[in-house]
This record gives sequence, C-alpha cells and structure tokens, in this order.
Amino acid sequence: MRGAFAKTLTELAAKDERIYLLTGDLGYMALEPFAEKFPERFINVGVAEQNMVGIATGLAEAGFIPVVYSIVTFASLRPYEFIRNGPILHQLPVRIAGVGGGVEYGHNGATHYGMEDVGVMRVQPGITVVAPADAGQTKTALEKTYDIPGPVYYRLGKDDRIVVPGLDGRFDLGKVQTIKEGKDIVIFAMGGISYETAKAAELLSKEGIEAKVVVVASINPPPVEDLKQILSQYRQAITVEAHYASGGLASLVSEVVAQAGINCKVSRCAIEESPDGETGNQPYLYNKFGLSAESVAAKAKTLLCGVPA
Amino acid sequence: MRGLDLAGPEGQNPPLLAVQSETNHVINNLQVNELTTKNAKQSASSAADMTGLKLRKTIIEQSRRAGVGHIGSALSIADIVSCIYGKVLNARAPRDPDRDRFVLSKGHAALALYAAFYERGWITEEQLNTFCGDGSQLGVHPEHCLPGVDFATGSLGQGLSFGTGAALAAKRQKSDRRVFVLLSDAECNEGSVWEAIMFAAQHKLNNLFAILDLNGQQAFGYTKDVLNLSPMDERWKAFGWDVHVVDGHDEKAMAEIIQKNSNVGDKPHVLIAKTTFGKGVSYMESQIKWHYSPLNEAEYELAMTELERQS
Repeated sequence: MRGAFAKTLTELAAKDERIYLLTGDLGYMALEPFAEKFPERFINVGVAEQNMVGIATGLAEAGFIPVVYSIVTFASLRPYEFIRNGPILHQLPVRIAGVGGGVEYGHNGATHYGMEDVGVMRVQPGITVVAPADAGQTKTALEKTYDIPGPVYYRLGKDDRIVVPGLDGRFDLGKVQTIKEGKDIVIFAMGGISYETAKAAELLSKEGIEAKVVVVASINPPPVEDLKQILSQYRQAITVEAHYASGGLASLVSEVVAQAGINCKVSRCAIEESPDGETGNQPYLYNKFGLSAESVAAKAKTLLCGVPA
Repeated sequence: MRGLDLAGPEGQNPPLLAVQSETNHVINNLQVNELTTKNAKQSASSAADMTGLKLRKTIIEQSRRAGVGHIGSALSIADIVSCIYGKVLNARAPRDPDRDRFVLSKGHAALALYAAFYERGWITEEQLNTFCGDGSQLGVHPEHCLPGVDFATGSLGQGLSFGTGAALAAKRQKSDRRVFVLLSDAECNEGSVWEAIMFAAQHKLNNLFAILDLNGQQAFGYTKDVLNLSPMDERWKAFGWDVHVVDGHDEKAMAEIIQKNSNVGDKPHVLIAKTTFGKGVSYMESQIKWHYSPLNEAEYELAMTELERQS
C-alpha cells in the first residue's frame, strides 16, 4: 500500500503544486519516486514527528497540502497533540500517512506496531480516517480524498502485493465495500487484514457456511447507513482488525448496532491484550492474536454452530 | 530606508505607520483597511500610537473585570506585543493571505494580544469586554476563530513549529512576509521547541523571528531552579540562529533589530528579550504568585494608579 500511496501521490503532485511530502526520516525505498521528481517539495524533517506536524500545519495554513509520513505509531501517537491542536483544531488539509498498521512490522517489535491509531484518530471530530485494504483501494482512496477540506489520516500497510479479491480498487467516503455475499454471517474487516478475512470466508465456504465479507475503509466519516442496512439483515457479525479491540472497527460497528437498536450480535477478532514482547512475523502474530484466516473461520463456525474452535 | 518611519497626514487620518524592511515589504493600505474594520476602535489612535503601557492598562482592566490570572505573564510581554503590532507587523487585514504571521506560542498571555488587537482596531471594545465570558472568542488562550489569531496556542511547545512551517511556506511562495513567534523561556523546557529550532536553522529561514520572553519565571518557580536554561543566547547560537540580546521593554530597539534583519542573512533570528515578569506593577514584578493569581479591588486600584503615573 505504501508503494501505491507514494506512486499515486507522485502522480497527483504532477497536477497539483500544493502537494508537499514531509517525512520523519522514514520511507527509504518507498518515497524515492516523489523525492526524485519533486525534490523541492520533498522534505525530510529529521526524526522529529511533532515538529513535522507543526510545520505541516504552518504550510497548510498558507495554502499547501502537506503529507506527513512515518510508521503508524510515530505518525499518529508521537505527534498526537500536535495533530489535535494543529490541523484538526484549525481544520487544515494536513495529510498524515502512517505505514504498518497492526503488527506488520513483526520482528521489529511492539514499539513498531500500530494497534490504537484508528481509535485515537477516530475520536477526534473533523479528521477523515481512511484505512485501505490493498494497493488498489489505496490509490482510489488517495485520489478521492487528497484535496478534501480538513485533515486526513491514512492507515497504510507496507505490503503492495496483496490484492483483496472482489475489492477492485473501490473506495468511497462514508461507504463500505462488499467483496463477497453470504447469508449466514457478516464479517467486517478493516485494512490489510481484509485479505485474511477473505481467506477465512473461503475456508467457511468449503464447510458450507456462506459469509458476507465487507471492507470498511472509510472509518471517518463512518459508513453508518451502509452498516445499519447490512447489520439489520444478520443476527451475527464478526469484526476483524489488526488493532486493539477498543476504539477501532469493533467499536465502530458496535456503536452503530447500539445506536440503531439492531438485533445483531457483534463478536470481535482484534488484539485483546498488550503484546508481551514475544517477536514474530505477521502470520505468526496473526495466529497468536486470533486474527489469521483459520482463527476467524473457527470463530465464525463456533458462533454459528456452537462447535468449539 | 531601514527602521521606522512615521508617515501619512495628520488630522482626518491618524498617523500611518509605514513599515519598510530591507526587502521593500511595504504596506500601503494598512490604515484604510483597519478603519474599515466594522465597529473598530473609533478613537484617534492607531497602530502607530500603540505602547506597552496602553496594553498594560487594558490587561489590568480586563483581568479585573473577568477575574482571571496570568497577569504577570501578559505584563511581561506587553512591550514586545506592542512592538510587533504597533511597529513591525505587516498585515492589511487579519486574514490577508500575504500578511506577516504572529504566533503567541506562550498562549496563556493572550490578554496582551487582545489588547493589541483592540489598539489596532481588529476587535471592538464590546468584543474586548467579552474576555473570558461565556461564548466569547477571547479566552485565556488565543483561539483561531478570532480573526487575527493566526494559530491557536495554549499547549506550550507548539507555536515555533507552526511558525517555522509558516516561514517555510513564505519562502516557497517567494513572499517577503515574515513570521514572528513569541515564546516564553520556560517553554523551552519542551523538546519540540528544539526540533523546530534545528529545522529552521537547517532551512535558513531568515524570515523567521523567535522572540524569547526571558523573564526567568515559570508557573511553579524560577527557571534557574526548575530546568536551568542559562545561557539562553549561547544555546540558540549553538543551534545555528542569529541571536540578539535585547531589552524586552524597549520597543524601538526590538523593532530596529527586526526591520534590519528581515529576510537578511542565512539564519533565523531570535531576540532574547530580557523582561521583568509583571512589568509595570511594582508588587507583581518578579513574583511567582502573579502567574495565576487574579486581582482584588485594592490590588486593581493600586495597579492602575501605578500605570497612570507612568503615562
């Protein structure tokens, strides 16, 4: 996704001179296309994320569209108060791009995981929050949101190879994208883990369980109407996210269920506890946290059939 | 022409302050636009007549009326703010895109800023009198909703980054506009300030002026006892800034440094402005108590008497 983001941003920058790209000294082997084409509009601010957001605020106030780039946690948490008091409070078009949502940085350990970024961003009114599921959706999402008013947070994956089947690069603010129909259960997924979720649905199909799979990439504005419409057709929903169980997709879906009074149970596949420091690659960690395709399929089966996972 | 020049006809129009910097950044319509501001101050005064003393009187009056503190911090910067808004800031209107920017990074002293807005005709007396009232745009810390406030502040350590971005924007837009950021000395406890200091020096932002209100005090004590920042000038110098140590109560001296150095050299500029916390009110000067304490009636009367005597 980060490759698609950088490529699309470079294309947009060719048409729109307001676009600047600021990095907190990260993006080696990803941001070069932009940096080489627009050296004047590419600024490595150094390892200083607070200042990066502050500078972007100053640039945006003068009419630029600055994109600040770092690993999810350094892009969202370190400068969080700058984001709040800068682009959000002033309603300025700063774009915050965080790379490596979830546990994608695997062996790098817990300091590099992005497990609460969507939660902390989502609580702020006045910021658009987008969590694309694959490279194609990243491209569309960036094209459709790069010049909207106010700030945007993009939660990106590192992996540009995954293609979520049935998504076909679709994205709309305030909408969901259904990638597979199914009558037995609905599974919502956010971000790169949508790929695992699609695989989970395949596994279920083999056992005669048809799951509807829905990608939720527009977190803010939340796709309330779509969610209401879908949730009211099911008795059981599962949310899948490489994010803490609080604050992210599970919370969003549960809020809609509660507020609309929908008779649908929401079960969540999310990171339920603080990582204990045990390292591993993403598939290992997905397994550990109950987020792998097998884990999600087993959960669905248990919920529907009462069979222990 | 360098420095300050009073120009414009007397009489029907109040004196117009034409500010001309090294880069020929001249504002022609300052006065016209200020007078057309709806319900602006109707007195004969204008930016040129602004003094720190006038701001101090407003600070004391409004603090008493609203019953709020941060008086000492506002008095500390009254001359700096008066210098900026009365003598150097090129801004035909509060939202003019090519205006100079000002960031009150020590947002808790916003009352000094409102007093300057009032003197400059950017807010009415009626607006000023809403200070800290319900539904007012004039809170203890400056909010962006009030035209004239370029960046909302109140969380220390953010203003210099905003200002640095604004200065970078001006350079990239090939504008001669300048950016002024007023920081407190204790604010330099914040690491983010030094991030911005490094960036501004790296990018040679000679249109950026930091003005450091060096009063040696913070909320809970004297800066030397909390985190000793001395020698402040050497620190900024070591970080690559053009450093000017100046009396922070000498408006003329500060204005001259600013006009002489605007867009000049290859470094950002800092005025280490030596100030007295609570300046102008004898019993407040250098007293920690007056960081937060509001005024009672007797204190108010005494303060006003002292300020009147300085007129």
